[in-house]
Order: sequence, then structure tokens, then C-alpha cells
Amino acid sequence: MSDQIIEMKNVNKWFGDFQVLKDINLQVNQKQKIVVCGPSGSGKSTLIRCINRLEEHQKGTIIVDGNELTEDTKDIEKIRAEVGMVFQQFNLFPHLSILDNCTLAPIWVKKMPKKQAEELAMKQLEQVQIVDQAKKFPGQLSGGQQQRSAIARALCMQPKIMLFDEPTSALDPEMIKEVLDAMVNLAKGGMTMIVVTHEMGFAKEVADEVIFMDEGMIVEKQPTKDFFANPKSDRTKLFLSQIL
Amino acid sequence: MNKINFLKPDNQNLSTYLYSGSFLFFIAVLDVFLSSFFEMNITSFLPNFVSFLLPLILGIIGLHLIRIEFSGIKNLDLLNKHINTNTFNAILTLLIIFTIIKSIPPIMSWFFIDANIAGDTKEACTGSGACWTYIKIWLNRFIYGMYPNEFQWRINISFILLIALAFVGLIPSEKIKKFLTLYYVVVYPIIAFILIYYLISGGSLGLEWVETGAWGGLSLTFIVSFFCLIFCFPVGMFLALGRRSQLPTVRYISVGFIEFWRGVPLITVLFMSSVMFPMFLPEDFFMDKLVRVIIAISLFEAAYVAEVIRGGLQALPRGQYDAAKSLGMGYWKMHIFVILPQALKLVIPGIANTFLALVKDTPLIFVVGLLEIVGMLNLAKTNPEWLGFAMEGYVFAAIIFWIICYAMSKYSYNLELKYKTER
Repeated sequence: MSDQIIEMKNVNKWFGDFQVLKDINLQVNQKQKIVVCGPSGSGKSTLIRCINRLEEHQKGTIIVDGNELTEDTKDIEKIRAEVGMVFQQFNLFPHLSILDNCTLAPIWVKKMPKKQAEELAMKQLEQVQIVDQAKKFPGQLSGGQQQRSAIARALCMQPKIMLFDEPTSALDPEMIKEVLDAMVNLAKGGMTMIVVTHEMGFAKEVADEVIFMDEGMIVEKQPTKDFFANPKSDRTKLFLSQIL
Repeated sequence: MNKINFLKPDNQNLSTYLYSGSFLFFIAVLDVFLSSFFEMNITSFLPNFVSFLLPLILGIIGLHLIRIEFSGIKNLDLLNKHINTNTFNAILTLLIIFTIIKSIPPIMSWFFIDANIAGDTKEACTGSGACWTYIKIWLNRFIYGMYPNEFQWRINISFILLIALAFVGLIPSEKIKKFLTLYYVVVYPIIAFILIYYLISGGSLGLEWVETGAWGGLSLTFIVSFFCLIFCFPVGMFLALGRRSQLPTVRYISVGFIEFWRGVPLITVLFMSSVMFPMFLPEDFFMDKLVRVIIAISLFEAAYVAEVIRGGLQALPRGQYDAAKSLGMGYWKMHIFVILPQALKLVIPGIANTFLALVKDTPLIFVVGLLEIVGMLNLAKTNPEWLGFAMEGYVFAAIIFWIICYAMSKYSYNLELKYKTER
């Protein structure tokens, strides 16, 4: 398959004696949107952190955009530059303005001229409707604005894949919508996305496939409609009955 | 319970209480003032013991009378709220005021009134106060050490140039601002070294060579402090990063280095730098005593700086590392642009602490025969013609060190404010 961009085969990972990922198999095609859900501690975050190697897996293979991630991967930075990531805690750089947050990596990692990087950043900030805050520092922004800035920062690297690690879990309920709207727009633009979230409304709206994880295993993987209409496993049914 | 409002004011008789309280307090302070400054005892008609305690008693009553809740007079309310909340606080306040009044006359008389500054010899000092003549006569040595008088202009010019060059950062030009860090971290130390090597040390360009053993006094304090500060910081930074490195070799070397230097007293390090170190060097290899001392102090302080910076690195949330990595930054880019700017900002107070300690540790270089300001004082103190003026010397040195350290402390505080951004 030529348009397959992420492939995980029999991925296993341990934290000490504790196995967090058990035989994960996952293929993601280009422009596919996947939502990962499951109870806390089920390994969702670890799964997507393995995709840009913020966590190392101990067994199995992960291939991202044709590059296998191993200990010897020399250009892990290059692969990471193609995989944008948005975190639960935003993780903006507090000592830099929003604009500088967005231009830092393009300028120093991609060697983009400063002017071009700033134009690109302003364009991305416009996309998430936060242009007027560009000169402010992260500490002066609301949670929703910070998370949208973080999305813009990741997009400034012009990544092929975007990973979202519970992007709305640390937000006030009122601000969740503005962040989800930004993500929906991004999805409509054709980005490949893997989203760990509990926002089932978002999943129904944009996801092609929903994955349910529990205890480090993928329990269920179905196209969105089927996932919600007739989940196969009892564990999924229980989970859905509790959060819907 | 029936609360008897004994000696407590209300709104009707507020001014009566206010005036009588202030009057008693004023009498108390006046009594102490007169006895302290003019040795007059206005209560001498009373028994000794009563006369001694009278100001305190009067003060307590006075403060008690003016202790009025919400009088509506702003300053009085402030006073009551902060230094006159209850009888115990009133006593403390009075004791502090009395102590200050009592201690002013002896300090003044030692420093100024009974002090001498005229004349050129010990005999000129006739008063019971300080003999500033001693400092005046020796001032040249305290500043320049044994540096020959006729060459002292070389030190002056170097220091004036260096101070002037330190203010380059104030030029308000965007073009220059880009290079400021490079200038202060690399160019400025090199200029300083060149000036010191060619101008103060001499030996070429038609300037006579002055060996480092002759350098001394305050100028040596500055030279040693300056270079140690400049060297220990980057070394400490790399050690801090090394201690957190993923590579075991780098980590163990850093840990070993830090623990070794932190485990030995500075005086031992200095002694070893002058006695042991040359033994390990080839016969014909010569390294100046001053250079060895600067290296020794730098490495010693670097170990402390490293631990301070490590504290800052550990205070950063892991998310900052994750975010930097996820944007494709490698180890160095991540540290230079994301981690270190934040970590160093956090540890400015700790670094300032270490640097102040470093400046105050410089007198220890006397163990290798280098005499900076305190060393020169010790030397002058034992001069047969000027015996018995140790006190003046140490007070002088204390004032000098206090000025240097206070300036540094203020500067670090300003830096803190400058780089304060909300998180």
C-alpha cells in the first residue's frame, strides 16, 4: 500500500515490569483520522508517544513514513519534524511569545528564513483564530487560546501527521469547543490525525476509525459508525455506556 | 463578662489619649537621647534602678495610650498595625529604638568625631577613634599591591577601558543587540585577557614586565573574581548538563568531577594548585601562579554552579522537553533555545549566591603568596611602624567587599526582574 504512513507491528512496551503496550498492530493511511479512546492507564498516550519516539518501544516495529524507528535511528529529529504533536498540558515555551513559539522550530530545525517563518506562523495562527495574540506570552492567554497556539506551533513545521494527546482534557468546559473547532478544521483540510480523546462528539464528526484500548491492548478497532452502533466486545459496550 | 474599658480611648476623648500617649513616648525617647548623646540623666533624682527603667516604662504606657483601633488617622493606624499591636510588640519597638539611639554616638565617634586622617605617620593618630591616616598612607598598596608605582597607570587604563566596554549593552541599537550575548560571553573576556596580558603584565610592546607576584590589592581581587566568574559559569553549565546526560561515561565523569571538587576545601585546592600541580607537569613547562589559581578557583566554583543549574533543570516540567523534541529539535537546539533559557532564569538567585561566595573566597589566595586586598591588609598590619591598626584595616576591607557584593546582588535582582515572564 503506497499511502500507508504509519505501521505498527506487534509493538510491546514495558515500564519496568509493567507492560503498557501488548502486541499493538495498527496501520494508518494518509489523510486518515483515527480517534483512540479508553480508560485512563490503558496505554493510549504511550501508544501515540511511541509514534514520534518520545517513548521507546522494546519489541516490534514501528514504521513512520517509510522510516523504521529503532535505537539506531540517526535522524530521529527529521522524523519528529514530520510528526506534529499537541499535548494535554499545551507545553508552550513560557519564555517566548506566541509568535516566537511558532517560528522557533521552523527557523532552527528547518532552516527557514526568519521572514518566511513569521509569515507561515501568522498564517497558521490565523487558521486557529489567534492572530491578535501573536505578540503575547503564553502565560497571558487562556487555556483554550494556549492550546490553539500549540496546534499552530505544531502546524508551522508543516507535518505530515498530527498527534493529539488528550488536547481538551486540561481545559475548562467552555474552551473545549474552540479547540475542537480548530481540530475539525484541520481534519477537513486533509491532515492525517491520530487523536487520543474522550470527546465522542468529535470522534463521530471527524474520525474514520475509532480504536478502543484497555490494559495496553487494542480491544476494538472499527469504522466510526460501526464502533458506536454495534460495538463487538463487552468491554467497549461498558465503556460507551458509561461515557455517552 | 463585663469588660472594663480602663485606659482605653473612645472617639470622644481620642485626642486626649493621643496627646498624652505621644507626650510620654516623646519623654521616653528624649531621656534616652540625652543620656546617649550628652550624657545627661534627667531622671537622676530617682533611684538608679528606676531611673534606668523609666524610659521603657514611660514608652510602654505611651504606646499603650495611642494603641487605638481604627482611629481614622492613617499613619497612626499603620503604626498600630505594624509595630504597636500589643504590649510585647511595643516593648520590642522601644528596645530597638533605644538600641539605635544608644549605638549612634559610639559609632559616630569612632568613625568620624574622634578619628584622625591628617598626617603621614602613626603619631598623627591621637584621638581615641579610628586612624584613617593608616588607610590613607597604605591606600595605594591596598589597591595596587606591590605593583610598581610608576606603572600603575597601566592598571588604571585597563580597568577604565574594561568598565567602559561593559556598558556596550546599553547602546540602543537593534543591530548590536543580536550580538550582545556573543560579545559578553566570548569577545569581552578575550579583550579583558588581552588587556591584562599585554598592559598589566607587560613584557612586550615596550612595556616592562611585572610579575604576577607583585600584583595585589583590590585590583587583584577584581582580576581573580572576574576571570573565575567567567570561567566557572560555562564549565558549571556543561557539568550540569553532563550530570543529566543519557551517556553513562559523560554522566559518571560529571558526577565524579562535581563530587570531587565539592568534597575538598578551597584552601586545599589552592595549596595543591601551587605545590602539587607543578610536579605533574613537564620540567620545562611553566604555568603562572596566578593562572593556576584562577583555574583552581574556577573549577572549584564550577562544581557548585553545576549543582545550582541542575536544580533549575530539574524544576522544568517534562512537557518542555517533550514539546521541544516533538518539534524535531536535537539535544543542543533543545537546550539552547528551550531548556537553558528557562532553567537559568530560575536559578539567577542561586547563581548570584555562588558568585558572591566566590568573590568573598578570593582572599584565600594568600596561601599561594598572592596578596589581594585582605592579604595586603594582613601585611600592612604587621608593619612595625603601623602596628595596632588591624581594626581600621578590616573595617575598610569589610566596607569594600560589602560595596562589591551589594552591587552584584542588586544587579542579579535586576536581572531577575528583567527576565520575569508569567508562566
